[in-house]
Amino acid sequence: MTRSLTAPLTAIALVMLASPLHAQELNALVWCDHTDPALIAPFEAKFGVKVNLKEYEGTAAGLAILDQSRPGDWDVLVIDAVDVPRAVEGGHLAELPADKLATADFFPELVMAQNNVVDGKTYAVTEKFGYNTIAYDKTKVDPADMADMAALTGGKYDGRIAIYDYYLPVLGLVALGQGVATADLTADTLPTLREPLFALRKASKQVSDVVSAQTALATGEVDIMVGGGEWVTAVLAADNPNLDWTIPAQGGLRWAQSIGVVAGSTQPDLALEFVNYITSPEGQALLATSSCYWGMPANAKAGDVLTPEQKTALRWDEQPEFLARAQLYPIPDAALDTAMQDLWTEMLQQ
Amino acid sequence: MTLATRERRLGWGLMAPALAWTLAFFVLPFAAMVALSFAHMDGRSIVRGFDPGNYIRFFTDWTLFKALVNSLEITAVVTVVSLVLAYPLAAIIAFRVPARWQRLALLLAVLPFWTSYVVRSYSWLLVLGQNGVVNKALLWAGVIAEPLALSASRTATVIGFVHFFVMLLTLTIYANLIQLSPNYARAAQDLGAGRIATFWHVILPLTLPGVVTGAFLTFVLCIGDYITPQILGGNTELTLPQLIMLQLGRSGNFPLASALSVVLMAVVTLAYAASARWLRLDRL
Repeated sequence: MTRSLTAPLTAIALVMLASPLHAQELNALVWCDHTDPALIAPFEAKFGVKVNLKEYEGTAAGLAILDQSRPGDWDVLVIDAVDVPRAVEGGHLAELPADKLATADFFPELVMAQNNVVDGKTYAVTEKFGYNTIAYDKTKVDPADMADMAALTGGKYDGRIAIYDYYLPVLGLVALGQGVATADLTADTLPTLREPLFALRKASKQVSDVVSAQTALATGEVDIMVGGGEWVTAVLAADNPNLDWTIPAQGGLRWAQSIGVVAGSTQPDLALEFVNYITSPEGQALLATSSCYWGMPANAKAGDVLTPEQKTALRWDEQPEFLARAQLYPIPDAALDTAMQDLWTEMLQQ
Repeated sequence: MTLATRERRLGWGLMAPALAWTLAFFVLPFAAMVALSFAHMDGRSIVRGFDPGNYIRFFTDWTLFKALVNSLEITAVVTVVSLVLAYPLAAIIAFRVPARWQRLALLLAVLPFWTSYVVRSYSWLLVLGQNGVVNKALLWAGVIAEPLALSASRTATVIGFVHFFVMLLTLTIYANLIQLSPNYARAAQDLGAGRIATFWHVILPLTLPGVVTGAFLTFVLCIGDYITPQILGGNTELTLPQLIMLQLGRSGNFPLASALSVVLMAVVTLAYAASARWLRLDRL
């Protein structure tokens, strides 16, 4: 071997020795909060595996990825809790052993059996939740006004509002503003939302995704975010303590995300270990304070791990009241879902 | 075997990998997309068949068709503004900057594009914001009394696009200008043409291939872009790529998304047909 080759080959050998050699890889289809290395590293270290994370946005996109994949390509799926039955219907989720899940430690409202259990079989477990309500900058907005949704379209805040770009929670909020419970949202009641939704759009400056909404609130581009909540404000709390959120008198919506094992996974035991790590108090505390967005952990025992500052930002002590006042997302059938999305598209095109 | 036959076979052999690649990764997927565009949704299931309903819906539903109108309007404005800004810049670099500094000038021109496209779009969001650099400068200079609503608007989308495409057009036009012999301008001026007449009747026609090539690329890249209008436009209106993404990410309506994509392809093909006479993609 020549001297010129010795050095690079030695370097490659050293790099290979220094790199962790993983016997197994776990493939997870997730939301952005799971891509925080602080959350994943402890699991990888404990089990000596590499967790490959693919981020997706929108249930349709996630299910399309699963549809186009081979069995065994994916092991874990994170999905909107309201869409768990849809994933089960599509054959994408495997049954979980209910007795091996940490649901006994969960906030009772977050077990969400109506979503995670289908025909008596558990397919997913709630991992994180929060609220889609009204987030605002309390130095620029009268907090008393935010207690009433009618203030949003009263003219006082025209051009200072961002709408969260997700039709389900915002249409749910507009429905609450009209006195329609989210569970009562049907093809018959949907037309009554058209006028107030368009009025809200007229009063707003933009319709934003998560990052754009956070940017707009943080930079003072807008002062109010309809559909926002702790998931927008908590992650910015350290730099911008003026951001706050409230559930108005008409009520708010509770979002929740679930995690499950993908049907056809070739390593269901390891996938279940990952689910149990994420729903453990330690995993829950890290997930709740993920760098992408914050949210309340479903496991109440995460309160023992979170710092007092983190719990304050999450408004931990106020959860009983919030849980009592918040309604679940609407769960539309295919026809209503299409009608809701058509209405949303029309609103965007105004 | 004759020499001609052998050369023909060799030619096909050399082309075979490229043809196979194009067939596998363009022709077949495109054919699948066209076939899917004639399917329809039954609930959340795709029903295959020959149903032109997606196309009929697109051309009769103003909410959908307006997305194409918005895309065309934005693309037209971006192309014209970028051309107006890029031509003088390319001419200055080609004719006024000393030859030894021209490479550096071009490098400086494309320097901003060493950063990610998404990061650059979010940066524009901050620059154009209520408390952004532009508004602060205008307020400081006393030009405006109240901050302008620049972000989350079509204006912001156009500015973001123009920032990108001015540089692209500068490169294509510069490549054309630098190949022009100065004798053309000298001859025109010897024959009594002024500066404007020389430019209008001699320089511009000779650089038209570079202009049209840059304009075509601007059109294609601009009308198909999703990121810039999504980040800078603030969802205040929908463009065609945004509408396609809504069908894919939210609705799972792949047949309608396919039909919209075919419409987008058709528009790009029409643009190509309109500019093919002057296109010189080989000069890039």
